[in-house]
Amino acid sequence: MVLALRNKMFFFFSVVMPLLFFFLYAGIFAKGDPTRVRFFLGPVLALNVMGSFWGLSATLVMYREQGILRRFHVAPVTASDMLASSVLANFILTLPTVTVVLLFARFIFHVRDLGDLLAAFLFVCAGTISFGSLGLVVASITNTMQETQVLNQLLWLPLIFLSGATFPLGYLPEKVQGISVFLPATYLVTGLQQATLSSKHVGELLVYFLALIFWSALSFFVASQLFRWEPETKIPRNAKLWAAATIIPFILLGIWEYGNGQMLKQARDAHRILEQSYSAPAPNGKS
Amino acid sequence: MPNPILQVDNLEKRYEDVHAVRGVSFRVHEGEVFGLLGPNGAGKTSTIEVLEGLRVPDGGRVSVCGLDPQKNPNELKQEIGAALQATSLPDKLRVHEALRLFGSFYRRKRKTDELLRRFGLEEKRHAFYSQLSGGQKQRLVLALALLNDPKVLFLDEPTAGLDPQVRREIYDVIEELKRERKTIVLTTHYIEEAERLCDRVAIVDHGKVIAEGTPRELKQRSGDTARVEVRLAKQAPNDVLKGLDAVVDARELDGAYVLHCQRTAPTIVSLVKMLEATGNELVSLEIATPSLEDVFIELTGRRLRD
Repeated sequence: MVLALRNKMFFFFSVVMPLLFFFLYAGIFAKGDPTRVRFFLGPVLALNVMGSFWGLSATLVMYREQGILRRFHVAPVTASDMLASSVLANFILTLPTVTVVLLFARFIFHVRDLGDLLAAFLFVCAGTISFGSLGLVVASITNTMQETQVLNQLLWLPLIFLSGATFPLGYLPEKVQGISVFLPATYLVTGLQQATLSSKHVGELLVYFLALIFWSALSFFVASQLFRWEPETKIPRNAKLWAAATIIPFILLGIWEYGNGQMLKQARDAHRILEQSYSAPAPNGKS
Repeated sequence: MPNPILQVDNLEKRYEDVHAVRGVSFRVHEGEVFGLLGPNGAGKTSTIEVLEGLRVPDGGRVSVCGLDPQKNPNELKQEIGAALQATSLPDKLRVHEALRLFGSFYRRKRKTDELLRRFGLEEKRHAFYSQLSGGQKQRLVLALALLNDPKVLFLDEPTAGLDPQVRREIYDVIEELKRERKTIVLTTHYIEEAERLCDRVAIVDHGKVIAEGTPRELKQRSGDTARVEVRLAKQAPNDVLKGLDAVVDARELDGAYVLHCQRTAPTIVSLVKMLEATGNELVSLEIATPSLEDVFIELTGRRLRD
């Protein structure tokens, strides 16, 4: 009840940016034939979803710096209320963009089979919430907007370049592929891509899905513990340790995944489908 | 007197390098307007923000509406309203949206329309927060503070940084609340504000309450004296000034001499005689009726506005 109303304020800030962002990427990636578009659908959706952390951390830090959070603090609002509502608001704002991407793919680029839409939807949910929570952690361990933006950049670049969200993982050298299994983004990209490109259902992608959900819960918990209302309170010393704890699940999972190789194999298979589409003539004559 | 609605005992608050509040105690009764008057940095805001549950005290006991702000923060916040200092709202939030948004947090709430009318914001209901003038913003802040029809209303420097006309507008609003017998705790560094609005005032300096009472009591404590402020061409010894007719107290303050006297006429006559005799000249002379400023000067040797 409270949450739905609160969305209003986040609306103005977060609706314009993700949309622009999407059209840019969709435009670049979607120039190929339907098979290629379908290959890129996963990464495009993932990028869209991952952008959550950027907007959320910036909004939250801005609200803290301007003393807007203080006003909420003097009302009966708890830190978790505040964080949950911002994640929820962000989620609701991501849905239209995701829908537009899918409609775009279907009707403008004539992708006939969008894969397992339920699985894709669940990954969009898990991704938005988990990367939203990452944004909350970023906001909680930085003191000023500049720090926030620097940290966002540092996170964003490896996350998009090493996860298959921009270059397909298959393009990257073996060693770099090894690194990618330690990044949450790879699980999201692969999950989305398997769902849309190979029509895998959630049951088959359960590990990726649960990893993201578990990570969201952990990040959210850490962020609510570290939450600060006042602009002048600085981060306590042990805060960075707390924040560092949020990467543990992916280190463990990464080690397991490194040995098992399932995810990378799926990513390479997907890449092979893409490469085949280049060697074979495009079915509808466009190229 | 019934039990106080708000009680502060030996409150302490330290920041890294500042001991902001050093053992402040006071009580506020229902229906009373209580003022914390003091210069900037005296610890007023720290005190009030502990009462609002925004800051964690380092010592002492605090009870508001029978609740401990640290133990029952959300219960307490249902009961209080607050206009904070150093706060803001999102630029793109509209006036009526702000009221609806914050209204959604409370169990008991007033009607948005009624508040908009009362604070003269009806025409601005669809305006963005960023489009409001300073006075309108402050009126919205007050409207938000009254949303839950609070038992205690906290106003932290409600008129700081506003121009005189807008300040008077805000006074009218607060006086109306006073007529409704709202319990209000306000901080200010304006003498006029404390005298005009408050039933009781605690004068705060360097984190301590140095005097407390009704404005009238406090002024009587300083002997109901008038203040004559003079600037002279040459220095004059303090004991000579103290010896002038009807003078109770004399001290030097920022290059001027402040004489507290029972009656102004004899003091001025003897002052002029003294100046003639010593070949001194009068540069300026000012007579002020007794105010809380005099109480503050007497207690601290400084002016409040410094």
